[in-house]
Amino acid sequence: MMMTVQILFIIFAPFLFLGIINRIKAMWAGRKGSPLIQPLYDFLRLLRKGEVISKTTSIIFKIAPAVNLSSVIFAFLILPLPAIGAVISFDGDFILFAYALGLAKFLAIVASLDTGSSFEGMGASREVTFSTIVEPAFFILLGTLALLTGQTSFDAIFNLLNSSAGYTVLIKILFAVSLIIMILTEGSRVPVDDPNTHLELTMIHEVMILDYSGPDLAFIFYSSGLKLVLLSSLLAEFFIPSNSVFSLIIFIGIIFLTAALIGIIESLIARARMSHVPQFIFLMTALSLIAFAVVISFLRGGL
Amino acid sequence: MSWAEIKNLQSISLKDIPELSFSELRSQLLDGISSGKRLVQFFGEKINDDIILYTILADDERSKLFIALSKSKEGDVYKSLTSSAKTFHLFEREFYEQYGVKPEGHPWLKPVRKGIAGVSSEETPYEFFKMSGEEVHEVGVGPIHAGIIEPGHFRFSCHGEVIHNLEIELGFQHRGIENLFLKNKSNPIYLLKLAESIAGDTVIGHAGAFARAMESLAGINISRRAMIIRTIALEMERIGIHLGDLSALSGDVAYTTGNAVFGALRTKIINTTLAICGSRFGRGLIAAGGVNFDLSSNLINEIIKTLNKIDEDAELAAGVLFSSASVLARFEKTGIITRDTAREIGLVGPAARSSGVSIDVRSDHPYEGFMLLPVYKLTLNTGDVFARAYIRYIEITQSIKIIKELINLLGEGEVIVQNKKIFPEQFVISMSEGWRGEISHCAVTDNKGQLRKYKIKDPSFNNWLAVALAVRKNGISDFPLVNKSYNLSYSGFDL
Repeated sequence: MMMTVQILFIIFAPFLFLGIINRIKAMWAGRKGSPLIQPLYDFLRLLRKGEVISKTTSIIFKIAPAVNLSSVIFAFLILPLPAIGAVISFDGDFILFAYALGLAKFLAIVASLDTGSSFEGMGASREVTFSTIVEPAFFILLGTLALLTGQTSFDAIFNLLNSSAGYTVLIKILFAVSLIIMILTEGSRVPVDDPNTHLELTMIHEVMILDYSGPDLAFIFYSSGLKLVLLSSLLAEFFIPSNSVFSLIIFIGIIFLTAALIGIIESLIARARMSHVPQFIFLMTALSLIAFAVVISFLRGGL
Repeated sequence: MSWAEIKNLQSISLKDIPELSFSELRSQLLDGISSGKRLVQFFGEKINDDIILYTILADDERSKLFIALSKSKEGDVYKSLTSSAKTFHLFEREFYEQYGVKPEGHPWLKPVRKGIAGVSSEETPYEFFKMSGEEVHEVGVGPIHAGIIEPGHFRFSCHGEVIHNLEIELGFQHRGIENLFLKNKSNPIYLLKLAESIAGDTVIGHAGAFARAMESLAGINISRRAMIIRTIALEMERIGIHLGDLSALSGDVAYTTGNAVFGALRTKIINTTLAICGSRFGRGLIAAGGVNFDLSSNLINEIIKTLNKIDEDAELAAGVLFSSASVLARFEKTGIITRDTAREIGLVGPAARSSGVSIDVRSDHPYEGFMLLPVYKLTLNTGDVFARAYIRYIEITQSIKIIKELINLLGEGEVIVQNKKIFPEQFVISMSEGWRGEISHCAVTDNKGQLRKYKIKDPSFNNWLAVALAVRKNGISDFPLVNKSYNLSYSGFDL
């Protein structure tokens, strides 16, 4: 029962996640906003539409959306979820997690270059630049976790992290803030990217998918929503008490709180200038390094 | 200078315009520019085989205009003025495109509205500037855009994310509107509709300029009440567009709150225009000889109430917008045009004032309501997107004050007077300050008292070059922001 609930939740969460962000933004702007499940309506509408595929593209362009979605789903299997646990778990699985997301991104970038459009090339170049900054920071974060717990699979890491109360709140907060920066970057949200803009020259993620239409576009929308839910789930992992009946509720709650937080951030600040975005992402590197230093001194009994 | 001295809206007999030889005209134009005068008009007219070139310079500080003309034939060549004064560059290109009189030594004789195919089939088609090297790439945007905006092509030469050169290609909306004025010269109602359609966002500005030109040619004096209603409508148009642009500028940097609040305020003001004349953009309000709609006392109360509300809310919203660090990080030092550049290329309107150039037709060459009360020229110095955004806000508050003061001066009287026939062989220039800057219309009448030439200059004609210069060395992702801070018209340029 719990398992069914959770699987259904993960399937529908991307729509609700985006719906919550949009609703919060509308509230700040003094508007009523679109229905919470408007992203689901959009998804169904796109599924019913026909497709236009540019003649200059190759097979890469056509397989990218499917590979994208399946990679994100695959990454979900590695995360230990409250009612399901980790479907796939082995020592060093977090590296597979990172590279499943990496594969999705690689395909998206190559597919956008496949169209030969100068806009999409520009978007791809920005996406690669920002990803190269995020990736090392993410690995510092995961390495720190492994160092702290002495484990190298997500399942074991989070089991240990959440069962002993001894681990400091400080480390969890550092992890959480770095992950939020990662969610904003990887999820193409303000201040890194603006999902609502119509200006091709300022886009990152949106411009890379300009040539997609119909079901392929629906897949892309869905997988980018799912990626947001995936990263929020990773954030939630830090705060789920193990062996608790409330763990599923807390899990769901944290995911929606993250959506609300993104909505609030997007309402309160403007998007950063493109040349200043790396500074924002380096904040994640800095926080991960601080977490790393804290863990080192913690292990030496310094704290 | 042997030029005829005139005032804004003062019609002058064609015989009184001094005719100079081309070389005299050239040296006197350059003298005028170097002594601080500003080029307002430089356009041709073809009569039989003669091509008449009318030139008008403005002495803004003394509220004077100077006019002279020169005659030449098609295929003539003259020494280009642009190499000595950049403000001529687009005027000379236009004159060459329309009449084939070639400015020798012009650095960039690109077609203005006829596309890159050029003026005549004998010439080689125009080619865009090209850059080559490592990491150099070219991006072409438009003429079909992602949003619902007018068509224009932008060719960026970039090094990585940095723009080194932007070339703007316009003319996609060329409707031949100046010729339409001549074709329909016997139908004054149609001409007004035409003037309203020069640029869809400057209905009052252009229709007002046209109506005043016709009234001046016919010697009609309209009532004070009609003049004030026109001025109120003009200022409401200014408030409406400025609010809309502040909303769009907030939207371009993904600042949701500013986008929503200013957008809602814009609706309030344009709905008030709707209440006055039945069109949110002021179509149908202005007539030759006055205005078609009077203001009832209920409506006046409504206007004052709306303005007070806008004043209050805009102050709050602007306070938040212009103190938000993340917004200022985008606005400040983006797309800078210095005071010297602004003067050199002849910018007008808020674009010029935000770069520290103190020109405003409402104050320099006053007309209608602005003759009854002084308008202070507001200037800022930084010339960046921030200055162009902030000047919108302070102009909104200024316009609200102007409207409130004018309402007290309304007086009584008919708002429209009988139309009269226009005088033969006259010339008039009608300048006004639209929200985008100086609008100037010139009309020439033939010996039967009908239009012989109608010349329109939208402020976009002066300002498009500034967009291309402002984005140099800026990130390509900042281009939409710089472009929106100017918000120039395509149809007003293309005519």
